[in-house]
Amino acid sequence: MSSQKKRDQLILHTALTAGRIMIENGSEVERVEDTMERIAHNAGAKTSQLFVMITGILMAINGEVGAQIEPVKRRTFDLEKISVVNDLSRQFAVHKITLQEFSNRLGHLDKSTKYFPFWLQLLSAAMVSGPLEVVFRHNLPDFWITCVVGALGWLVFYLLNKFIQIRFLSEFAAAATIGVLAIWSVHLGLGNSVDDIIIGSVMPLVPGVPITNSVRDILAGNLVSGPARGVEALVSAAAIGFGIAMVLQFL
Amino acid sequence: MSLTEFLIEVAGNYVATIGFGILLNIPRRALNYAGWIGVMGYFVYKFIVIWGGGYVVGNMMGAVLIGVASLQAARIKKMPMILFNIPALVPLVPGGQAYQMIKYFALGENSTAFVFLIQVVMISGAIAFGFLLSELVNRVQQRVWRHRR
Repeated sequence: MSSQKKRDQLILHTALTAGRIMIENGSEVERVEDTMERIAHNAGAKTSQLFVMITGILMAINGEVGAQIEPVKRRTFDLEKISVVNDLSRQFAVHKITLQEFSNRLGHLDKSTKYFPFWLQLLSAAMVSGPLEVVFRHNLPDFWITCVVGALGWLVFYLLNKFIQIRFLSEFAAAATIGVLAIWSVHLGLGNSVDDIIIGSVMPLVPGVPITNSVRDILAGNLVSGPARGVEALVSAAAIGFGIAMVLQFL
Repeated sequence: MSLTEFLIEVAGNYVATIGFGILLNIPRRALNYAGWIGVMGYFVYKFIVIWGGGYVVGNMMGAVLIGVASLQAARIKKMPMILFNIPALVPLVPGGQAYQMIKYFALGENSTAFVFLIQVVMISGAIAFGFLLSELVNRVQQRVWRHRR
């Protein structure tokens, strides 16, 4: 009886941690439900009851007394972790790893953050800005200055996000910086068109994850989490827009 | 569209999609596929616009292609689908129109701004609807696939 209870506890703990990691790093709700159900099923639980929202998860197994809750406090975008949880879940399903191992690896994954090196992220921010400016506006002469402005704008976003941790404020400040730099660079004769430079440079800040997840959640019938993500995307877009609009007032 | 322009757009979309993927920290193994899906999605949009299909239908079909291709990539690579469709969506984002809208609102020319606002709403709606359609295609395909085995 006691060992059975311990086993149930471990199943709940593993499934809840997996679910929390996935939501924290930007997964859609349907995938979280699916993964947690699979974990419980593969670990030998007869039934599982789930309630997943983007601010918290509730789960019970075997219809017993004592559902457990796991709050989701922070939200970032780190799609690699989702992929790793997915891999671990697949390995567990074919009995390559035990439940205890699975749980330990999740705990380890939760603590470690393995991003790409900083210079590569800065470079890729530049490589999002410049090429998209050319694709959208066909303005080749402004390619280089757009790369530079985009990278600097993303740098502001990154640093502020690290220290004040309010995503919307960082986006606002980054957008304002991009606006100022774009106007300034045209003033100094480094670029030709303020519009094109701003359009390109803002692209790394686009809230792609919330937009996509919002649509997919709503389609899956999840009418609480889908609109919540949509609001997140909308506030981000509005923050960027206000940042640009504020600068353009002084044009 | 000349050949040089075509090549520049292919390279630009590929690099931009991969760059966005790196910012979201998607695993290295998924970057190449995501890049090509981004290129394909954009060119479906582009060719439909060139052949007179209109930008709404273009964006919708682009989103459909991204959704369907992402599921195939997810199946081949055994990775979650969102690793491919989120970066691939970036070239379709109506950044230009959204900026023009903000600009004209800031300058107080509301009637011009509303024209762009409507375009932004139409394009976003078209992309969302495109994802819906791709989900439909994917589910039908999954049914058939499961049925055959």
